[in-house]
Amino acid sequence: MFAAENGLRGDPRLQAISEAIRVVPHFPKQGIMFQDITTLLLNHKAFKDTVDIFVDRYRDMGISVVAGVEARGFMFGPSIALAIGAKFVPLRKPRKLPGKVISEAYELEYGADCLEMHVGAVQPGERALVIDDLVATGGTLSAAIRLLERVGAEVVECACVIGLPEVKGQHKLNGKPLYVLVEPREIDDCY
Amino acid sequence: MASEDGQDPRISRIASSIRVIPDFPKPGIVFQDITTLLLDTKAFRDTIDLFVERYKDKNISVVAGVEARGFIFGPPIALAIGAKFVPMRKPNKLPGPVISEEYSLEYGTDIMEMHVGAVEAGERALVIDDLIATGGTLCAAIKLLERVGVHVVECACVIELPELKGRERLGDKPLFVIVNAA
Repeated sequence: MFAAENGLRGDPRLQAISEAIRVVPHFPKQGIMFQDITTLLLNHKAFKDTVDIFVDRYRDMGISVVAGVEARGFMFGPSIALAIGAKFVPLRKPRKLPGKVISEAYELEYGADCLEMHVGAVQPGERALVIDDLVATGGTLSAAIRLLERVGAEVVECACVIGLPEVKGQHKLNGKPLYVLVEPREIDDCY
Repeated sequence: MASEDGQDPRISRIASSIRVIPDFPKPGIVFQDITTLLLDTKAFRDTIDLFVERYKDKNISVVAGVEARGFIFGPPIALAIGAKFVPMRKPNKLPGPVISEEYSLEYGTDIMEMHVGAVEAGERALVIDDLIATGGTLCAAIKLLERVGVHVVECACVIELPELKGRERLGDKPLFVIVNAA
């Protein structure tokens, strides 16, 4: 669900967040309009508002784990975790985590990739939030949900700054609620 | 870095929350794993607080974090001190025009990139990563920032491996670390 449809309609922070995101055409390949959040991170107020909106939503939900997907999930997840008193768990590409891991494969447009989590990072029964910068097909987030559920955690929600059109109208991903702040913008003359 | 005697009481818990993993990524290397620090909410909170207390009144407008573990510590610091966060990334990850800096690894070289226009000449920057070993990565980050006229005030890491002499490699750039992993 989009934030504007879920209590934040007309919230001026959402417009500023949307406008702070840069659209880079044809990256990583022709036809893809890449939603670049690095410009959001340069705008202190918009970045702070992004984190605050998530923190306000999640602080009273008994969440003890924020799982962030490498690498842009690392830019948002830890600040949320710190503010709500949860631990931060990085979900990483293969062979980055040094200890024992569990792995979950997921599909790419061409081929497959793998997401890993440290064994012991999360206990059964913990309530978890999954965070990434953007959700497109939901493949990566689905793999994240599966990793957490395999160790007995309950995924309360998946949260992303940006949600691509494929997810509009989908309130759930793998049966889990999805919360998104903004839609992608078209290219304009600002950048 | 805080001295042994007058050591901030938060440091010992931070140090013990870091897991040491032998022979990763290869035999003979003892890996300092900060993921366990991130599981200890007090230790993680204290780590960020130590950095924020040090930098909040130093007029720093840029926190540059090195991929990927610098992305975990940098943004909370940037948000707390009112600075922007700039990710310093491996090649071909940043979508817009970039400047690149090549740096040496033990075998071979790697490249670090920063977006053009992320920082402006005259800005004051902090460079953050989880750990300093030889200092090669931090030097590359400093060079990228200085090439566009930014003043790098200090480098900050959670952990230093002093035997690898990264501090010397940084030359006149100050280095602040919380934990000394001797």
